[in-house]
Amino acid sequence: MNKTQQILFDEPGPRARRRIRIATVLGAVLLAGALVAAVYQFASHGELAAARWEPFTTWPIWRYLLNGLWATLRAAAATAVLSSALGLLLALGRLSTHRPLRWLAGAYVEIFRTVPTLLLIYVTLFALPQYGMNFPLFWKLVVPLVVSNSAAFAEIFRSGILALDRGQTEAGLAIGLRRGQVMALVVLPQALLQLAPSLVSQLVGLLKDTSLGFVVSYTELLYSGQVLSSYTHLLIQTFLVVALIYLVVNASLSKFARVLQARNNRGTRTR
Amino acid sequence: MDALTAHLSEFGHGLVTTVELTVVTTVGAMLLGIVVATLRIAPVPLLRAIGTAYVEVFQNLPLLALLVLFVFALPTIGITFPLFTSAAIVIAVYEGAYLAEAIRAGINTVGVGQAEAARAIGLTFGQSLRHVILPQGLRAVIQPIGNICIALLMNTSLAAAVGVVELTQAANNVNLVEAQPIAVFTGAGLAYMLLALIIGQVTGLLERRLAIVR
Repeated sequence: MNKTQQILFDEPGPRARRRIRIATVLGAVLLAGALVAAVYQFASHGELAAARWEPFTTWPIWRYLLNGLWATLRAAAATAVLSSALGLLLALGRLSTHRPLRWLAGAYVEIFRTVPTLLLIYVTLFALPQYGMNFPLFWKLVVPLVVSNSAAFAEIFRSGILALDRGQTEAGLAIGLRRGQVMALVVLPQALLQLAPSLVSQLVGLLKDTSLGFVVSYTELLYSGQVLSSYTHLLIQTFLVVALIYLVVNASLSKFARVLQARNNRGTRTR
Repeated sequence: MDALTAHLSEFGHGLVTTVELTVVTTVGAMLLGIVVATLRIAPVPLLRAIGTAYVEVFQNLPLLALLVLFVFALPTIGITFPLFTSAAIVIAVYEGAYLAEAIRAGINTVGVGQAEAARAIGLTFGQSLRHVILPQGLRAVIQPIGNICIALLMNTSLAAAVGVVELTQAANNVNLVEAQPIAVFTGAGLAYMLLALIIGQVTGLLERRLAIVR
């Protein structure tokens, strides 16, 4: 039990314990009611029949969906590498002592932080081909994702660099390092360590963004589900399974981010 | 430029739909966020578990997957809503998870003494939450909530992928007719930036008016 939970109520006495029991029973009844209603809806439309779920115990169906997941992970990996690299450059640009560079990087970040990714996807799908830039399908998804995610990464990097104690930079300069050296040898290694959890959380967001492959018709996980369901007509089953796969992958990543965060918190306390 | 002026009404309709969708879902998501944040700090373990599960599920599923599930798959078990309503429900539920986390972070900033004082004068859990904790907690996270609202604005564009003709889709439709992508998409992008700017300004105003300087 953490701090928040403790501040709002004391150790329960007999009456409070009774009330907690009543609320537990009520909550359980409501939850069970919702579950029964859901099962009833499924059953009354024949979606609970064994034949409509059986395909999901067969390997070919899973192979197809796992191929989709593989494509999702590939797109996510490419986006992550490119947009974190670009994001780091943008963050350094925004913090540079060179005014035009600062202004340019700032404009890029402010613009692409407030333009929807889908709009960028439409641009790569419908506008760029007119100007002779017709990317392969994979890049039609990855390029817009990189453009918008790099702005998000830039903000994460910048906040991490700014959050670091100024004394670190000053000490670096005092022992005669150049600005670039201070950044590379002193500031970045420490900032990146502190930022690791936020970067992993951003990975979850980025992985979710790859579901826009649905619009590009790049067969990542969600679009694979769409293709599969148009063959099998098992709409709700397919999309529930797809959602479950997303949930497992992303929840593991989120868990990893929390572990990193906990490790960082421990680190700062002992220091 | 002609492409923009000749199709002002289409752009206008798209813009209005985007604004409507943003306003409706912001209100819905805010209410859901408060409820879920309350569940997560309730004295009842089962309710806490429900709140945690809600946040965990909706922060880890892609919004587009939820939209597709809700709009295309739920009708097969007899659950159908008008398209706009479906999109609004899904986006509100999705963003509700993010707002719940932001609000919980706000509640965490309220001093332990405040909660203890509230209990000492005999307020119940609900009363101390309503009169003491939430008013202070919410004021501490106005900026993060504003950022989530901007993210929500951008996420309303995903409703286009399931057929809602909002700003992004309107731009796309106009471009299909006019084939002037640069003017059309730049116009739409500028409109989004303007809306985000307005949200940012309102957030800043609220922050200056309401934030507690400690």
